[in-house]
Amino acid sequence: MEEQTIDKTVFETGEMVLNMGPQHPSTHGVLRLKIHTDGEIVSKIEPVIGYLHRCFEKHCEKLSYEQIVPFTDRCDYLASMHMDHAYSIAVEKLLDVELPERVEYIRVIIAELQRIASHLVALGTFGLDVGAITPFTWAIRDRERVLDLFEALCGARLLYNYIWPGGVSHDLPPKFVDRTLEFLDYFDPQIDEFNNLLSTNKIFIERTADVGVLPPEVGINFGVTGPSLRGSGVDFDLRKNEPYSIYDKFDFDVPLGEGTMGTIGDTWDRYYVRVLEMRESAKIIRQACAQLPDGDVGEAIPKKVRPAVGEVYGRYESARGDVGFYIISNGKNIPLRVKMRSPAFCNLSVLGEIAEGWMISDVIAILGSLDIVLGEIDR
Amino acid sequence: MTFAEIVKFIETKAPGRSSIIEGKEVVLVSPADWSEISTLLKNESEVDFDYLMCISSYDKGDNKTFGAAYNFYSIKRQHYLEVRVETEDGTTIPSVTNLWKTADWHEREAYDMMGLQFEGHPDLKRILLSEDWEGYPLRKDYKEPDYYHGIPVPKDKSYWE
Amino acid sequence: MNSLVDILLNSFSEMNSVLVLSVVLITSGVVIFTIMAVNALVAVYFERKVSAFMQDRLGPMEVGLFGFKGGKKFWGGIGQTFADAIKLLTKEDILPKDADRFLMILAPFIIFTGALLTFVAVPLAQNIVISDFNIGIFYIVAMSSVGVIGVILAGWSSNNKWSLYGAMRAAAQIISYEIPIGLSLLLVVLVAGSLHLGDIVQWQADNRWFIFHSPFTFLAFFIYYISTIAETNRTPFDIPEAESELVAGWMTEYSGFRWSLFFLSEYANMLIVSIVAAIVFLGGWLSPLQMFNILPESWMFLDGPVMGFFWIMIKAVILIFIMMWFRWTFPRLRVDQLMYLCWKVFIPFALGNLFFVSLWELLV
Repeated sequence: MEEQTIDKTVFETGEMVLNMGPQHPSTHGVLRLKIHTDGEIVSKIEPVIGYLHRCFEKHCEKLSYEQIVPFTDRCDYLASMHMDHAYSIAVEKLLDVELPERVEYIRVIIAELQRIASHLVALGTFGLDVGAITPFTWAIRDRERVLDLFEALCGARLLYNYIWPGGVSHDLPPKFVDRTLEFLDYFDPQIDEFNNLLSTNKIFIERTADVGVLPPEVGINFGVTGPSLRGSGVDFDLRKNEPYSIYDKFDFDVPLGEGTMGTIGDTWDRYYVRVLEMRESAKIIRQACAQLPDGDVGEAIPKKVRPAVGEVYGRYESARGDVGFYIISNGKNIPLRVKMRSPAFCNLSVLGEIAEGWMISDVIAILGSLDIVLGEIDR
Repeated sequence: MTFAEIVKFIETKAPGRSSIIEGKEVVLVSPADWSEISTLLKNESEVDFDYLMCISSYDKGDNKTFGAAYNFYSIKRQHYLEVRVETEDGTTIPSVTNLWKTADWHEREAYDMMGLQFEGHPDLKRILLSEDWEGYPLRKDYKEPDYYHGIPVPKDKSYWE
Repeated sequence: MNSLVDILLNSFSEMNSVLVLSVVLITSGVVIFTIMAVNALVAVYFERKVSAFMQDRLGPMEVGLFGFKGGKKFWGGIGQTFADAIKLLTKEDILPKDADRFLMILAPFIIFTGALLTFVAVPLAQNIVISDFNIGIFYIVAMSSVGVIGVILAGWSSNNKWSLYGAMRAAAQIISYEIPIGLSLLLVVLVAGSLHLGDIVQWQADNRWFIFHSPFTFLAFFIYYISTIAETNRTPFDIPEAESELVAGWMTEYSGFRWSLFFLSEYANMLIVSIVAAIVFLGGWLSPLQMFNILPESWMFLDGPVMGFFWIMIKAVILIFIMMWFRWTFPRLRVDQLMYLCWKVFIPFALGNLFFVSLWELLV
């Protein structure tokens, strides 16, 4: 009898390369992930970035120091105030100017409001990533109130150009402090409601606890900062460790991941640290509003920004982590080189490390918990 | 540790391998010594720079000197250091990817934007620009291309007004 | 004379058989399609308003109809779903270049046929049914699983990796969840001793509603209800569509009319499973007022055969509302957790249920 030959290749299985993005609802912008999958299990992830590259650093070499501020706005468009603030701090360090106290207080109030707004988007979109739609609309509803405050402040709702090197563009509008405190009174119960809806939801915990654990030493090695690193239990917050502006005057805690629902550093921890940070921000705003001094906000704004030859590395704790501006000046009114250290850039680089071996759904949850903004990654 | 203490420490461990840029709190290291110094910074428990914040490439403007500024921070010991490695005539800089994983993407970015070559980098390719981009945009002598894939590159307002 | 098909057959009995057959088929088809279309129009609007209510929004509020002006009231955007339907039907029909054209065109019709055929045996009240099978439950369970073939075809023929993932997930999920559904319904069949939906309701009229009959049927209702949510691909079990993961799963490449067929079938399936749940566990067209006997005799017009349609719809709508409530509250499960829930929780419980209810019937 003739021996039957079987084509063995028929039974071979192989990896499938899945192209997530650049157009995908859960990549938070135009990120492309090349995912090598075996069934639903992910064996390798290669993030491909640069789809939103707008030559920020090249533009900076053609623009004067004041003109760069609107460009920093557009880097992290969900926390524009933080970018303005970070850049201004770096330039002020270079210029060596002393700021009026009122300016510092205003900046802290604004920065913490912005942190609340940015974290609300992060939490809401994270809810969307794991399939819950209502938390997103609730988060956006509350963020709207912060944006209303900002609109009263400077007329813009997303890209503010409010914090300038040497000061702020306008003083606070009348009743701004009252409206801010009113918002905080409204907002505190909303956090509890949000927790009831999403944070303590059984399905949500099933989806996020123990998933995508980021060990602290890996996180530090990859340069992960901000809430994503604090979720792993590393007590590192520039507002406490290297206080800039006047953060040393306020009493607040740095929330850390504790592994409440699973392992320390899992997706749930990274998520929940942001929820707790909103409360801490509210605490800082209340203190700053109570202590707000009078004064002229414009007195320190230099007529012409022309720093001496030198360079500076300004550091700032934004909603996403450690923003750095490395500015080299050659004594002209145009910087020789501006390099921005983008926190989300480093946070994203760890994705391949922690998401391997999980399922496609988990990759999306982990990506959401890292809270990336592509505008800042690609610059 | 303060800057002076860190410099003193480096000097005792690796004498003569590094210098201080005058008037600045910056350590200057030549590319040849960089792998030794970087290992020292990472592994010695006295300095313990576990966190590489940023690698900023820069162009000195004389068409041959390029540099990379490394900003370090130690989360355990809470001190800060800036190191610069300058290269002339396109010599390579040793990669520090094996010590700090942050360096992976930052070195790719420095290569992409400034054309710095990092020796020992696992996958040195462009990161923000497309793979077929010509030239290194942040170099001072960079000329903007007239066409990209047949599409004219707008140079002045007449293209969009 | 207790079904549409019977009535038609009797009234046209003198004509030749081919003509009769076509009249019966066309009339039944048109009736079912009308039900499905009306259901989709109403349910979509209802869902959008419900979700808006839960999310602190207003929902559709611009397109008025029949003299209802747009506005913030509940009926403010009542024309929206009509406008959407017209938009869907007039949209450009896109087939991807490398798709398997024949299968891709065929798939929506298979899914639609599944829903349409299921409706044949679903009564809307006592004797208001297209065809009154004596194996009604069996037929409904069988026909509702036809749709999954269409889902797999749709995912495969789209020639898109995301669609393929969606199709594979859908196949695994829908087929798995049919088992707890079948076992839960079997329990009722066991107690009532009939596969005929009318008989089951009659049993409940004579005794009590099945959900209150014994602890096991009570449990069976919840197993059935949760499994049907998975069967109809609703959140938290919408992993085959998973718009944040798989974009839209097996529906990614569909648009316009073909996509609207999916949509129509999805809402029809929601209605079907809710009506079946209402009939099998919640007393069907029986009035809940009968149960408590608290109302005076003169109020009895509220129950009885005429009000049957009203009561069955009330029950179904409440169940649909709870489905929507779930959708706008819960995140989505992961595919392995979904399978865990089915194979390690629901099926053992349903099997145990079946065993214990048999004992219960023997002893009580």
